[in-house]
Amino acid sequence: MDMDKVDQIIDKHNCEASSLIQVLLDIQGANNWLPKEALDRVAERLQVPLTRIQHIATFYKAFSVVPKGRHGVHICLGTACHVRGASRILDTVQDITGLNPGETDLDLKFSLETVNCLGCCALGPVMEVDGKVHGKMAPAKIADVLKNYD
Amino acid sequence: MSDVVLTIDGKQVTAKKDMTVLEAARSAGIHIPTLCYHEKLEPYGACRLCVVEIEQRGWWRLVVSCVYPVENNLVVKTRSEKIDRIRKTIIELLLAHAPDAFELVDLAKEYGADRNRFEKEPSFCIHCGLCVRYCAEIKKAFAIGFINRGTKREISFIPEIASKVCWDCKECFPLCPTEALQAAFVLARAMSFPELDYDANVKGK
Repeated sequence: MDMDKVDQIIDKHNCEASSLIQVLLDIQGANNWLPKEALDRVAERLQVPLTRIQHIATFYKAFSVVPKGRHGVHICLGTACHVRGASRILDTVQDITGLNPGETDLDLKFSLETVNCLGCCALGPVMEVDGKVHGKMAPAKIADVLKNYD
Repeated sequence: MSDVVLTIDGKQVTAKKDMTVLEAARSAGIHIPTLCYHEKLEPYGACRLCVVEIEQRGWWRLVVSCVYPVENNLVVKTRSEKIDRIRKTIIELLLAHAPDAFELVDLAKEYGADRNRFEKEPSFCIHCGLCVRYCAEIKKAFAIGFINRGTKREISFIPEIASKVCWDCKECFPLCPTEALQAAFVLARAMSFPELDYDANVKGK
């Protein structure tokens, strides 16, 4: 990640240690994950120990300290989706992308995650890509959805 | 500052206003077992082993003595059937993580805890936070911290800092009740800065 961008984000929050989580969220938003160099820079400029930043960055699920792909694929495994065949959806996505849940592919295209409920159970089984909900999924439809992303 | 008088195990104890129940008890020579307490560090309340009963409006209530401030006419019990049962369970849970830690084994004997009660999951660290807090509060080096959350929480050295400061310090080593810290340090050193080890042992620097 470009360090100028990190500096810009830190400047936007007036270099205040109390804005640490906001700074991390902005970096996460701009880069999809938190690289070590970015955390070092934040520690140095905000005068916060790196141990504390690491503690926070690994505590919240909103942050990732491992690379994440450009597109986040979330498969709902909540009760309603589960009974409507979410596990078959997950299997198909795993076959197409070659990823296990929690993994990212080498060219940083997709990151696959499982979630426990997306809050739209009537649409189950649900797959969410980059915040867009694809409801009433079937294994045969998945390839059509995923090919729209690059 | 006016002093506070409280009763611990039927004994009148005079304490300073800013003391905790644990400190008041210790100053009166009353023993309360602890794992995460250190007199130089801020109270943390992690191990819960120093749990005691206090009387409030005729009811007995459980509080953690290392973070509970003293108050006038407070009545405290440091041993009772209920307290012993709770401490026994805490020790049994901790033993699942660190089955052979000396301090825990001694406590287990005292409270009759069964080290095989819970399925063993040896992670060795009991998350007392002594090393993390000592490094941050006393040494201000911030070489070690906690990472992750819940069942996956563990201690982790920052290699860049640890390779510079830990070699000549290691003051946190004797604090660790389970020796998980020493293992974590050896691991961090082997993975992140083995050249220092080589210099010290082979070249005799």
